[in-house]
Amino acid sequence: MNDKRPVNLDIGTIALPITAYTSILHRASGVFLVAGMAVLIWLLGTSLSGPEGFAQAKQCLSSFWGKLVVWAVLVGLSYHAAAGVKHLIMDAGIGESMKGGETGSKLVLAVTAAMVILTGLWVW
Amino acid sequence: MVKAVTSFGRSGVADWLIQRVSGVVLLAYLIVVGGYLVMNGSGLDYATWKGFFDSTFMKVFSTAAVLSVVSHAWIGLWAVSTDYLTERLMGGRGLVLRLAFQAASAVVLFTYLVWGMKILWG
Repeated sequence: MNDKRPVNLDIGTIALPITAYTSILHRASGVFLVAGMAVLIWLLGTSLSGPEGFAQAKQCLSSFWGKLVVWAVLVGLSYHAAAGVKHLIMDAGIGESMKGGETGSKLVLAVTAAMVILTGLWVW
Repeated sequence: MVKAVTSFGRSGVADWLIQRVSGVVLLAYLIVVGGYLVMNGSGLDYATWKGFFDSTFMKVFSTAAVLSVVSHAWIGLWAVSTDYLTERLMGGRGLVLRLAFQAASAVVLFTYLVWGMKILWG
């Protein structure tokens, strides 16, 4: 942290490739999911606390805001998981080129788009 | 070699591996629990749901998932905080901001750990 080497990477002035955006989104979705975990743990704890708790959790999931929050968490999970699987594939040495990285990013976005629709249909 | 005292495994390679292993555990858990919910649909009742989580397999799997969330999230939040909450980007407040963020993260994740264990084993 006390390293005084000059830094010539001013992110704000550089045209970022798609891989940079999907990487930033991977991080952002991860931070979002830390908050989202509270919702999922609360739902699990409440639903397992007893028949009344189960009914309460079910009622939460039938309200508009409950559905919206759970859907947002599921979309975050879908994106984060897809980007994570891409990391595992790249760890295996597949798609490590610039072209491969761009293809991987587009696949992650395509999978997420499909999951946005599927989880939305499931929640509603 | 990463030797920052606040990193999870105290080495970059350890953190990299823990991030992969915990990620795979969480992906498997997501598929199992998500698949269970999709297959049971809206007809799922309390007794069935409770019975599912009372099985030894799900107790152990859920415990692994909670531990994975905590370690995975710490490594992720640590990476984000050491990249952006720095003296270079935040000026003189960088160190204080980073440590405050990491302390808050530790409190939140420790709460999740205790909360999760209480649900599963309490």
